[in-house]
Amino acid sequence: MSLVLDVMLALAVIGVAGWTLLVRGNFPAVIGFVAYGLLLALVWVRLGAVDVALTEAALGAGATGVLLLFAVVRLRGGKAEIDAATPSPPQRVAAAILCGVVGLGLAVAMLNLPDPAPSLAAEATRHLPLLGVGNPITGVLMAYRGLDTLLEAVVLVFAVLAIWSMAPDRRWGAIPGPLFPVQSSGPLSLLARVLPPIGIVVGIHIAWVGADAPGGKFQGGTILAAMGILAWVAGLWRLPPVASRGLRWAVVAGPLVFIGVGLLGFVIADGFLSYPPGFAKPLILLIEAAMTLSVAAAIVLMVAGPPERPA
Amino acid sequence: MEATPGGFLLVLMLVVPVTGLLLGFALGGRLAERMALWLLPPGLAMAAVLVAGLLHAKAPVVAFVGGWAPPLGLALRADGLAAAMLLTTALIIAAIALFARADYTTAPGAPEARAPLAFWCFLLALWAALNAAFLGGDLFNLFVALEMLTFGALALACLDGKATQFKAELRYLLFALIGSVLYLLGTVLLYGAYGTLDILLLAEAARADAPTIVAASLMTVGLLGKMALFPLHLWLPAAHAGAPPAASALLSGLVVKASYVLLLRLWFWVMPAALLLAVAPILALLGAAAILFGSLVALRQARLKLLVAYSTVAQIGYLFLMFPLVAGSAAEVAERAWTGGALQAISHAFAKAAMFLAAGVIARALGHDRIAELQGAARIAPLSVLAFGLAGLSLMGIPPSGGFSAKWLLLQAALDSGQWWWALVIVAGGLLTGGYVFRVLSAAMQGRSAPIFPLAPVDAAQERVALGLAVISVLLGLLPLGAFGLVLIGR
Repeated sequence: MSLVLDVMLALAVIGVAGWTLLVRGNFPAVIGFVAYGLLLALVWVRLGAVDVALTEAALGAGATGVLLLFAVVRLRGGKAEIDAATPSPPQRVAAAILCGVVGLGLAVAMLNLPDPAPSLAAEATRHLPLLGVGNPITGVLMAYRGLDTLLEAVVLVFAVLAIWSMAPDRRWGAIPGPLFPVQSSGPLSLLARVLPPIGIVVGIHIAWVGADAPGGKFQGGTILAAMGILAWVAGLWRLPPVASRGLRWAVVAGPLVFIGVGLLGFVIADGFLSYPPGFAKPLILLIEAAMTLSVAAAIVLMVAGPPERPA
Repeated sequence: MEATPGGFLLVLMLVVPVTGLLLGFALGGRLAERMALWLLPPGLAMAAVLVAGLLHAKAPVVAFVGGWAPPLGLALRADGLAAAMLLTTALIIAAIALFARADYTTAPGAPEARAPLAFWCFLLALWAALNAAFLGGDLFNLFVALEMLTFGALALACLDGKATQFKAELRYLLFALIGSVLYLLGTVLLYGAYGTLDILLLAEAARADAPTIVAASLMTVGLLGKMALFPLHLWLPAAHAGAPPAASALLSGLVVKASYVLLLRLWFWVMPAALLLAVAPILALLGAAAILFGSLVALRQARLKLLVAYSTVAQIGYLFLMFPLVAGSAAEVAERAWTGGALQAISHAFAKAAMFLAAGVIARALGHDRIAELQGAARIAPLSVLAFGLAGLSLMGIPPSGGFSAKWLLLQAALDSGQWWWALVIVAGGLLTGGYVFRVLSAAMQGRSAPIFPLAPVDAAQERVALGLAVISVLLGLLPLGAFGLVLIGR
């Protein structure tokens, strides 16, 4: 039974991927991409990687899908730009050959990987009591490979500033993104009023349970960001201008707290990002809380784009 | 290898510029600039102390972040090569910061502007990213460093906000991101095969089986794309030549070297020797093609900045001649080739940064960078033309210069290992480099019948910075070769 399910899932993933590539029109292609991401999330669930599934659904399908939709809307009427950026037939053939060769190489490699695969899973679980957390993924992200997570958090700040810096000089300090009229009736208005209270609770919950169950700052922050974007698109919430100091502190709070706790390790434990026994969990939760805020702020700002209209 | 004392220094080399970037971004305006300038002395001091420590202990410095040893945790390792690149990075970043003060300063009380904020923040960002790329002891941690580098470099290159530049940088982004994906795929395969991504642990375990070969191929092609090795150089000339001078100097001088060091780690540490022996001649062949093609195209350029960019395409080629000369050679020859390759990376970094800064000053003073109309440039920007010439000497490999020592070591290694054909490429490349450097100098040194006035005033401080970098690239050749024993520590 489960084999039939898996084969159907695999065929659906390949089918939706092919459809997304072949379909004409940008809007249907984005819808295909989002559907593909959601199917992939199901694949991860079937593989037992619920954390990855949550991330794929929230970031891979959700946040990336919204970014692509915004791009489609902004490109309306920009036929010249689209034509200039559309790859020529030889470029498409080259891309197809590259993908084919890489795919074939990956298939050969995958079929020759050692079985059972060498794994650090047991080792990662063994040290969890020391950290006071139950989810081994959190152990990896916040302790064993904390530096990776810290640097990825800093990349989010890069991304926000890089997007802002593409604005024209005269727009510096202005409000990011387009202005949406207030929706006083209709489905969007209803959604934007009903969903955020629930979504905010769910987002905070997912970030909170991350220590012991699938979830965490990136997934929770993305859900919070989605609620913010919903309210913004419905005209119910105005984004602060890029000159706003509060906005900037919100973006850097996560990485700064992360570094602060890391440096504290020099004093109260054995070095950078090392947690003293017994205090690991509160410190990890402190970082996670600050990071949830920064992830949410960064994702809203990435979707909104460069500053566009005067404050 | 166990963690060593002094490991905290490695952590601080990442954390200090990152904290500066975060605070600079949050505080904004003039404080972002202050933050970057304040952090130059501690940054330089940390790199100098690290080099001194390595030379004293003759052993690498290692840190286990959070106290977790690999394979579970992450190691930062500063061997001789890393320490040399870190010091090079600190010096060039400091020089570029001093150069950029004239362009991106914010007067006290002035409102925050876009370009200065982005410049100072991303200067610190790239510094952190380069440090992470040289210190990383784990292949995934190095992937994060590569991502930081890509986005930082992209934002700096787009700083002028010109539509044509966005197009060139979009192409760069496409190459860089495909390169990142290929690198990441290889990393995943290696984890699946060995259960660790630590470079030293992989080195003990690596076999020449199918997953390893596929992983090595994917990662190598990805890194070559990021380094713009011929024939994957298509994105580089427009992306580097169109950027503001301070950004071009960073991109051409330093950013491509991060992928290079990573490639060295992949082949000379991780991969089994048998695989390296098979791949080394192919890499060197591409390098030779890059030297000849890049130099010939540079010779035919009409614009100064594009000439300098194509010169980067050519000079990157030299870095790859080292592979067959180190692999499978006797210890002494291999050491010579290794030192030559590392020295080429370092002296090119100084020379190319000097060249792009000098070209920037000349282009601004004349209002154009057409080589055929450079007459009088030596009169209005004499120090810049001198800097360009000195950097050119180093690129050509004329003694005494860092470029000469590098190319001489590679040449000797080629002859001693019986691979004389690479020596021919080195000599031919030097002659072609001489051709394009003299083309610029002879035009710039010509007088003009009519008096010439600079379109924009020439900033003497900027000229001195360019000259300083060029002088360093020459002085490297006067250091006794023993000083470069540094790059052999921990090899």
